[in-house]
Amino acid sequence: MTAGTATQGAPDVAPARPGAAGRMRRSRRRIGRPSALRGFVWLYLLWSLAPVALAILFSFNRGSSVTEWQGFSLRWYTGDPYYSVLHDPALHAAVIQTVRLAVLTTVVAVPVGAAFAIGVHRWRSRQASAWTFLMLLAFVMPELIFGVGIFLLFTNLLTIVRLGTTAQFLALVAWNVSWPAIIVRARLQSIGDQYEEAARDLGASSVGAIRRVLLPMLFPAVFASVVLVFAGVVDDFVLVDLLSSNAQSQPMSVIIYTLGAHGGSAAAPALNALATVMFAMSIVAVAAGWAVYRLLTRGERNRGAGLALGPLAGG
Amino acid sequence: MTRTAEAGAGAGTRPGTRQPRWLWPTLAVPGAAWLAVLFLLPFYVVLAVAGGTVNPLFLNAVPIWNPLHWQPGYVRQVVGDLFGAGAFLGPTVLRTLLYVVVASAACLLIAYPVAYFVARQAGRRKGLYLVAVVAPFWVSYMMRMLAWQNLLQGNGFVNRALSAAHLITQPVNWLSGMPVTVVLGLVYGYVPYVIVVLYAGLDRIDGALLEAARDLGLGRTRTFLRVTLPLSKEVVYAGALITALPMAGDFYTNTMLSGVPTTTMIGNVISDSLSTPGQGGEGAVLVLFLLIVMLAPMIWYVRGTTRAGRGEAL
Repeated sequence: MTAGTATQGAPDVAPARPGAAGRMRRSRRRIGRPSALRGFVWLYLLWSLAPVALAILFSFNRGSSVTEWQGFSLRWYTGDPYYSVLHDPALHAAVIQTVRLAVLTTVVAVPVGAAFAIGVHRWRSRQASAWTFLMLLAFVMPELIFGVGIFLLFTNLLTIVRLGTTAQFLALVAWNVSWPAIIVRARLQSIGDQYEEAARDLGASSVGAIRRVLLPMLFPAVFASVVLVFAGVVDDFVLVDLLSSNAQSQPMSVIIYTLGAHGGSAAAPALNALATVMFAMSIVAVAAGWAVYRLLTRGERNRGAGLALGPLAGG
Repeated sequence: MTRTAEAGAGAGTRPGTRQPRWLWPTLAVPGAAWLAVLFLLPFYVVLAVAGGTVNPLFLNAVPIWNPLHWQPGYVRQVVGDLFGAGAFLGPTVLRTLLYVVVASAACLLIAYPVAYFVARQAGRRKGLYLVAVVAPFWVSYMMRMLAWQNLLQGNGFVNRALSAAHLITQPVNWLSGMPVTVVLGLVYGYVPYVIVVLYAGLDRIDGALLEAARDLGLGRTRTFLRVTLPLSKEVVYAGALITALPMAGDFYTNTMLSGVPTTTMIGNVISDSLSTPGQGGEGAVLVLFLLIVMLAPMIWYVRGTTRAGRGEAL
């Protein structure tokens, strides 16, 4: 998958090098240790995935239990006239609100963030580094601190922005604009300046060089940002919770929290169904995104893995 | 603050050269303005509310915008709550610290072997393992907490498995005030992030260095202890940081899996203060305290990112 796989895998897979002292002993240990490690990894996978898989399974339960399987049905999605995701007005509205926020935020945050990255990358001044620093600071700021800040902003200073969808949208863009900015910045650093310079030497204007040369090369990074921002907004809880005004502006994560809090006395399978809808949304976005990303970066090394890992790991 | 950004944009030379200098700042302006108004400005509002007063009639916070007139009332009140005679916030802070430290340590202990295996020993299946290990990253946090709620209910799978193994005689009430449950929730929620960070770091280590260590006679364990571990030191710090920061401000894990005052974390106090009339100012002061504690590690992380970004890329 990544560039280094073949060479890094080699020492472990290949038999001991000739002449290495005690190679019999060591090679036996080579077989022993990785399998203990592999067992641990499989345990981890079971622990991390089984709870979610069970939640998805029980969203299809015929009865209202989340512990006893009573047969398959779509009751909690469409069938039940009162409590299903389709018919309960609160759950229904939550799905719509999540989609609305995710689309709006992605459409605005990705172009703004990408333009920011290009601008700051070429601007090359002290001010540019200050803005980059601020962008990275926004990236690591704990969400509660930012959330309280922007809540107090909208309730005390910019009172023209009422709590609800507008406030949520403005905050989500500010919160998510770092993703495209950081990913596109990383991509710019790996591309370098030479392609654009060549384009200008061949007679392209500055804007033309960006549009015809740089943007197509940046497209995979922009696209990866679309996926990450979309999935990030679907997953977001703190901001949308603090800034929601009424039931109509509560997206899925907030409804799950509100109805499922305090040990989940109200946690009917409908909540599992809602969570499954949310999960499906992220997965469709990520799967589609990954496929397109692979298509866009065909022939490049180190593809795929960089989609999510690069910016988080700081390079 | 927007003005600054726009002034900066206009400061370039006039167009005419083939690479006009105004172009780059202009591209950066929307993002910079958005950050200035909706990321920087909120912190000033937090300061103004923390230094402000309260409307005695409606109990809403009255911010004071002039820094010279800021009142110490709220700060004094919070300091009293933290350290004074009736210090009800002190235990909460200690509890938060304890949960965060234990959960971060557990995250590292789980994440390091997993990341090490995927980065170093997964062989040809590396891509597949990576997808599986990172999968929870794409599942909503709330859904993952809901999933544990299902499992930990009175008649849930955990209790049934434990009584089947004769470890308990009657169901344990996991979802009401059990610190173990809250820490489990935190670990479960944040461990994918640590794995991602550690994987990226361990994957970058040059395989030739490990081979050299082996050729020079180090065993597998000592190669790990003397080469791999020191080389991954920075990334372990980064992994601990990327979980400890959001954990310290977490309130929803606690509410979803416990919701009882005995497990209250500082995040709960802050988020509750926003919805309680008359307590907005204290919430603002607590946010400032949290920010002050976290600013140094945040800046360390950002500087590390900038340094790494200069050398390598996506």
